[in-house]
Amino acid sequence: MPITVASKDSGLTITLSGEIDHHAARDMMAQLDQAIAERVPARLTLDLSGVTFMDSSGIAVLLRALRQMERHGGSLRAAHIPAQARRVLDAAGVGRLIPFD
Amino acid sequence: MKAIDQVTVVFTSRSANEGFARSCAACFAAQLDPTLDEVADIKTAVSEAVTNAIVHAYPDRLGKITLRLRLYGEGWLELQVKDSGVGIPDVDKARTPLFTTGGEERSGMGFTIMESFMDGLKVRSQPGKGTAVTMRKRIARRAAGPK
Repeated sequence: MPITVASKDSGLTITLSGEIDHHAARDMMAQLDQAIAERVPARLTLDLSGVTFMDSSGIAVLLRALRQMERHGGSLRAAHIPAQARRVLDAAGVGRLIPFD
Repeated sequence: MKAIDQVTVVFTSRSANEGFARSCAACFAAQLDPTLDEVADIKTAVSEAVTNAIVHAYPDRLGKITLRLRLYGEGWLELQVKDSGVGIPDVDKARTPLFTTGGEERSGMGFTIMESFMDGLKVRSQPGKGTAVTMRKRIARRAAGPK
């Protein structure tokens, strides 16, 4: 599952793309864990602009990234969320935990 | 009520088939001329039900999953995902938001999402025998609807 990492100042942006289902989520979580552990960013933005489909497995991916960030006192935002993914996140109330841009 | 059309697909509980299952459902629903949002809802709900079967029904082995798609009058679509796996001991508990036995990799929101995106959800399960999740959704007929 492709993830792209770009850093600026103390912030890190990771762009997720493709379909985030249970099949893809495990790899994506491992890649995110690694990127966060290596760079320990103060702020992480997950850019979802390239996500073509997402089910509740994507919620688990976002919540795991949030836990990893909170472990070192960092913050997480999600940006450029496509409509289908937004409906899934809204149905689960994820916006109460992770701010959306 | 008699179904106007029906398709049944049987596949192995491999996670690679999650995408296949939701594409099947979307293709079947296409005859109702759904909106893009309706297609997305169908794909999402099927993905949740199939993932549940893969993760929970067959935790230690591969098994068969049956996806049955039915079309009834007035735009009613019925989607059933059935397995012959371990079953759900307490269906009400399993349907509770955030409840999961799947650890950190699962969110526990699968049933909540199926309920919000579909117009009806029924879960029948027998421990040791398997689970059938049946969902219904009405696709509003548009001006150039199906013939």
